[in-house]
Amino acid sequence: MTEAFEILFTASFWVAAIRIASPLIFATMGELICERAGVLNLGIEGIMVAGAFSGWFTVYMGGDLWTGVLVAAMTGALFGLLHGFLTVPLGLSQHVTGIGITLLASSLTYFTYRILLPEVTSPPKIEPFQPFAVPVLSDIPVLGPALFNQTPLTYLAYLTVAAVAFMLYRTPVGVAVRAVGENPSAVEAQGISVTAVRIGAVMAGSALMAIGGAFLTMSAFNSFFFEMINGRGWIAIALVVFGSWRPGKALIGAILFAAFDAYQVRLQQITGGVIPYQIFLMMPFVLSIVALVVVARRATYPKALMIPYQKGER
Amino acid sequence: MDDAQRPEAEIVLRLSGITKRFGPLVANDAISLTLRRGEVVALLGENGAGKTTLMNILFGHYTADEGGIEAFGAPLRPGDPNAALAAGIGMVHQHFTLADQMTVLENIVLGTRPLWSFNLGKAAARKRIRKLAADYGLEVEPDRMITELSVGERQRVEILKALYREARILILDEPTAVLTPMETQALFATLKKLVAAGLSVIFISHKLGEVQSVSDRVVVLRGGKLAGERTTSEATRRELAELMVGGQLPVNEIGPPSPGAILFELRGVSTRSTGGAALRQVSIGLRGGEITGLAGISGNGQAALAALIAGTVEASQGDIIVHGETIAHWSPRAALDKGLGRIPEDRHATGMIGDMSVAENVISEAYRSPRFSRFGFLDWKAAASFAADIIKAYDVKCPSPEARVRLLSGGNMQKLILGRALDGGPDIILASQPTRGLDVGAVAYVHARLIEARDRGAAVLLISEDLDEIQTLSDRIVVIHRGHLSRPSARGELSVMELGELLAGHGHDEGAHHVA
Amino acid sequence: MWLEPRASTSGAATILWPAGAILATVVFSSVLVMIAGASPLTVFWLVAKGAAGSQFALLETLTRATPLIFTGLAVAVAFRARLWNIGAEAQLYLGAVMTVVLGTGAVTLPSAGLIPLIMLAAMLTGALALLGPAILKTRFGVDEVVTTLLLNFIVLLFVSMLLEGPLKDPTGLGWPQSKRVIAEAQLPRLIKGKRLHFGFVLAIVSAVIVWVIMKKTVLGYEMRAVGHNAEAARFAGIPVNRVIAKTALLSGGLAALAGFSEVAGLKGNLTLDLSPGYGYTGIVVAMLAMLNPLGVIAAAIFVAGIFVGADAMSRSANVPSYIAEVMVATSLLTMVAAIMLMRYRVRWR
Repeated sequence: MTEAFEILFTASFWVAAIRIASPLIFATMGELICERAGVLNLGIEGIMVAGAFSGWFTVYMGGDLWTGVLVAAMTGALFGLLHGFLTVPLGLSQHVTGIGITLLASSLTYFTYRILLPEVTSPPKIEPFQPFAVPVLSDIPVLGPALFNQTPLTYLAYLTVAAVAFMLYRTPVGVAVRAVGENPSAVEAQGISVTAVRIGAVMAGSALMAIGGAFLTMSAFNSFFFEMINGRGWIAIALVVFGSWRPGKALIGAILFAAFDAYQVRLQQITGGVIPYQIFLMMPFVLSIVALVVVARRATYPKALMIPYQKGER
Repeated sequence: MDDAQRPEAEIVLRLSGITKRFGPLVANDAISLTLRRGEVVALLGENGAGKTTLMNILFGHYTADEGGIEAFGAPLRPGDPNAALAAGIGMVHQHFTLADQMTVLENIVLGTRPLWSFNLGKAAARKRIRKLAADYGLEVEPDRMITELSVGERQRVEILKALYREARILILDEPTAVLTPMETQALFATLKKLVAAGLSVIFISHKLGEVQSVSDRVVVLRGGKLAGERTTSEATRRELAELMVGGQLPVNEIGPPSPGAILFELRGVSTRSTGGAALRQVSIGLRGGEITGLAGISGNGQAALAALIAGTVEASQGDIIVHGETIAHWSPRAALDKGLGRIPEDRHATGMIGDMSVAENVISEAYRSPRFSRFGFLDWKAAASFAADIIKAYDVKCPSPEARVRLLSGGNMQKLILGRALDGGPDIILASQPTRGLDVGAVAYVHARLIEARDRGAAVLLISEDLDEIQTLSDRIVVIHRGHLSRPSARGELSVMELGELLAGHGHDEGAHHVA
Repeated sequence: MWLEPRASTSGAATILWPAGAILATVVFSSVLVMIAGASPLTVFWLVAKGAAGSQFALLETLTRATPLIFTGLAVAVAFRARLWNIGAEAQLYLGAVMTVVLGTGAVTLPSAGLIPLIMLAAMLTGALALLGPAILKTRFGVDEVVTTLLLNFIVLLFVSMLLEGPLKDPTGLGWPQSKRVIAEAQLPRLIKGKRLHFGFVLAIVSAVIVWVIMKKTVLGYEMRAVGHNAEAARFAGIPVNRVIAKTALLSGGLAALAGFSEVAGLKGNLTLDLSPGYGYTGIVVAMLAMLNPLGVIAAAIFVAGIFVGADAMSRSANVPSYIAEVMVATSLLTMVAAIMLMRYRVRWR
């Protein structure tokens, strides 16, 4: 039993935890921005698939790694534009549209993959982002390597949280985003277009989701597989609720979740097959549901979430 | 507001020939209007006369089909709230446009800075808000959350929003509907200061008394058309009323009550807080043959009381006694089984299901009875004929029982609700804000039906934020403040100002729990 | 721009807007086909021929439509009451698990007794699987979209565990698959020697029953009322939470029937690839049918035709069969937009 406990104090465990957390952080921040603006984005799972492929493929075709990230973000923003157009001015059901975007984005990706790489049997590889040790900081025991010996994309994830938090609470555009998720007519009355703010937020959020997907193909692994997102998008949605729609809390949620995920993999190795491995794989999903149940009652969700806005009243 | 100076003051706003159609409905028909510097113009008209549509066009929420607007001599670009804001037009909407989970300051600065700057400029904004608040009597703390504010304070934030943007023309849409008489006086004082500082005000209202005390000029709308224009000091109340209604005001005869036994009673009932104020140890008895009026400023617990009686909110403490019997499990179904007729506060959200048909809506409280269903199957023929009966008896204007309720006007929707609630002659009636947003004809109709029910011996509880309505209709008046009930008073016992004191919470001795 | 409800929808609009949606889907897919280097006309011809060009093709399409009718009905029923069941996939698999548990020899009865027993047990399993999220929604306010989505993953892992453990076929050469159901538990084929089975008839009957429930019964009325305006329904005395629970039971049960009919009618045993996303495709089917239970039959056959046709097409033309998924997803988005524009008029100012 002590062995199971000691894992928590190894640097490699925390390195893995942060690595697992990184794509979730991007995805969670992306969904958070959308929902803060009042739009639920269930397209997240598919957008992550599209981001994972487009970023990776850019690099595979000889592009720079950062160009890959940019292409992934733009792909995500494009699907965000579609989701935004359908749910904001047209006011379609955010649930149905989101599921539709997920189906569309993933099937389009698989279709494109088959066209662009018709002959491959084993997935081709790229040279992914490499870990970069931040001088001094990475020398701190355990936490140093965990937090500061990661790939640049992980550092970008940290930066994203700070930027999202700053944007939402300290800038005019953030105030507009929060207000549009609380009471769109407050925004309209102050001369700002609800449609523009919402679509903009959904596009920005979707871009982050896509970068989250690209993290998997360009930093965690080095090639693209079907089914590689494997529910991470849905978990990000749960994390947004768990974090009460606040960037800081959502970050803590993502790291806790990832630590748990990294832990179950190691526990699985220790227990050595006594317990079926599926039980361990189930745990993250079960944990997400438990977290939702615990938090749901207390959460103060954006008031206008999932409510389409109709300009003016007669 | 010196009479002698007014004619020379420049024209700051000119609406010419504004026409707006919504499908077959002409909401505004060639309306022209001018506003001078330092002047308060009242836009008078009953609900549905086209006042709000006209102001929404002015503010750029809608675009007029015909006609144009000039502000300070320059044409105003239509359909763009930004153009209106830039021209110095500020609007205080009837339904506040505030984001609740944000601070006063955030709500005020929203949209006043370039979206892509990195700074909210909070310190400077806070200073300016304090100064404006002090200058015009609009005290409110900039860093408080909107959720923490009273309705009156929220309205001050709305006015501050406009002043912060240096509005020169202020439009107030039914601003007094949610205020206590004292708050109304304070608002009028603020308006006087604003006018003295050179602003111009358009004051939208359907209350004659207010219009007379606050405005310099009255423009009356009726049925989307300009019905007339008068200088306030030269117009009589009766003249204005007739312009507004297009004839005599319908008056309901209300005879003396003949109170009977207590049919419905709450004893020491409290509720848990859900949004607005909760009830605290409320006791009230409703007698047959009597209308009890419950007055109160929005958000003081009348919604909780209505929901409690309707059965949608549970009591955390206390007893509900119907016909002398203490009810253990109170619910909407229990209320219906005990013969309550209920008219909910919000007909769109709670009263009717907009996307279902008239027939489907009128049976929603009785669909389980053998009248409408057998062995789990519904009898649609019976439903349609019941709907046809209500349409006829209550004079509902609608194409057929199959029509979707969403397409009906507010008045017709309310008549359907009345028909449903009063079906079978209930002897306990809960009427929560039953005339909100209705035109004069519909209001008189609803009142007549309530009086009729009272005269046949029903106990009626009328909950309203409209003090006039409470005073005309109620045999007894109770005031609610922060979840407490006042001692009841008989018709005519208290003056408006005395009632106002109660509304504001003065004279409630909070320790004592009256049996109203 | 904003939307204004139309007082009535003209006959032309009810045809033109959906037709526009189909046209948009066809145009978009044509572009993709051209990018893949093929001629759209040829490809669509091949898809149509593969879906309905022969008796074999047609029967194959109806066979593929069978589980989609069940999942489509499951989604249509749930969405009507605004219970967002995205977990039909999980309920399908649980229905299949129950079919295998009872149908591989644990219970021996003649067909006339065994098949109804298994059907009921399967429905109950699926029903209970959705009751959980429904209760979490009504009691704790947990969004059922997320819980049902997450349950899909949990259930699939659970099935994988069963197939490598208690339900594993000892003669299966190590593959994660169950034993085959006994002859008495199998649904008969409708035509001797063809794959189309009695499950298709069950699906049609289910659609008719669901239509009757929605249109004629108290429960259907309650479900629609709750779906359109839960607050008003509650005020009127409709027991909202109980209606949501009943909806969940009905919806979960219908989805489980898809799993039952695939195992007992077609595959004979349970594997991890029993459903290529029938649960998710059910959402598309239900939306294309505008949540009308009888429409679900047509929509399921249409969607199944695209899948079957695209499979056949990709064997002869050089276009990946994923074009079918793209077309189905696109038709979902264009159709919901079309339905909205049918009911509302877009005003620009």
